[in-house]
Amino acid sequence: MLLITCPHCGPRAELEFAYAGEAHIARPTDPMALDDESWARFLYHRANPKGLHAERWRHLHGCAQFFNVVRDTVSDSIVTTYPAGQPRPALPGDDKGATR
Amino acid sequence: MPDLIQRQGALDRFAAAPRNIPAAALSVLPDSARLSFRGRPSAIDAAGAAFGVALPRDACRFAVKRGRTAFWLGPDEWLLQSEGEDPATLFADMSGKLAGQSCSLVDVSHRSQAFALSGPQAAYVLNHGCPLDLSLATFPVGMCTRTIYAKATIMLSRPASDIFHIDAWRSFAPYVWQLLDEARSELA
Repeated sequence: MLLITCPHCGPRAELEFAYAGEAHIARPTDPMALDDESWARFLYHRANPKGLHAERWRHLHGCAQFFNVVRDTVSDSIVTTYPAGQPRPALPGDDKGATR
Repeated sequence: MPDLIQRQGALDRFAAAPRNIPAAALSVLPDSARLSFRGRPSAIDAAGAAFGVALPRDACRFAVKRGRTAFWLGPDEWLLQSEGEDPATLFADMSGKLAGQSCSLVDVSHRSQAFALSGPQAAYVLNHGCPLDLSLATFPVGMCTRTIYAKATIMLSRPASDIFHIDAWRSFAPYVWQLLDEARSELA
């Protein structure tokens, strides 16, 4: 089982958490101004990188807060966690999901 | 005939005659008034003043004063518990004092059922269904947290080194109680 460090509660078992998709995807401020292609890109297109992936998790059975996790999709190891709203931290060897 | 309607405890049929296992004893805790408080940082001090117990700012800690307990559940969420008090009175008092603040206050007194697991093997029994490290170094006296027991969300707190309080939602309470009762069978 993964041990995930909640920014508020500290290390907890994966069992207490819920996954919530890729992080740092901002909803367009004016959706009506977008064409279908751009709207579909916002809704459905995700980076799906091989390597470091920034994603949202929620400490559902704990403090109930959303936060961000950088996880290696190859080894499933968690590199770092940080509160929601903060930018993705600079990490060595991180191409920030450049496959997108 | 509202006066004929009596609220029944979720654990009444188990708690009447619990097995006597001193290494891990199960007992139902008395009814309490419980309020769920969520608010902006500006409202936190006002809520503490209105409740009579300063809300703990440290993660996963609870504060007790004169039968009233404030449990930290999240950075903007606390559970305020007052033993043996009428929920309506407490709620009316608190919501009056918090008028105008950016916060929400909800009476959740009847949402959950609290019971205690106590004895030298209490942590061992809890770990049958709870993945937390319950050693005193990582889960000291005075700590509380929402966590999971088997499939049910519970609120776990530790008022003394060998006493745990478990707060489970009413419909989950028999499930959690029975699993704990089964887990402690080996100590009988």
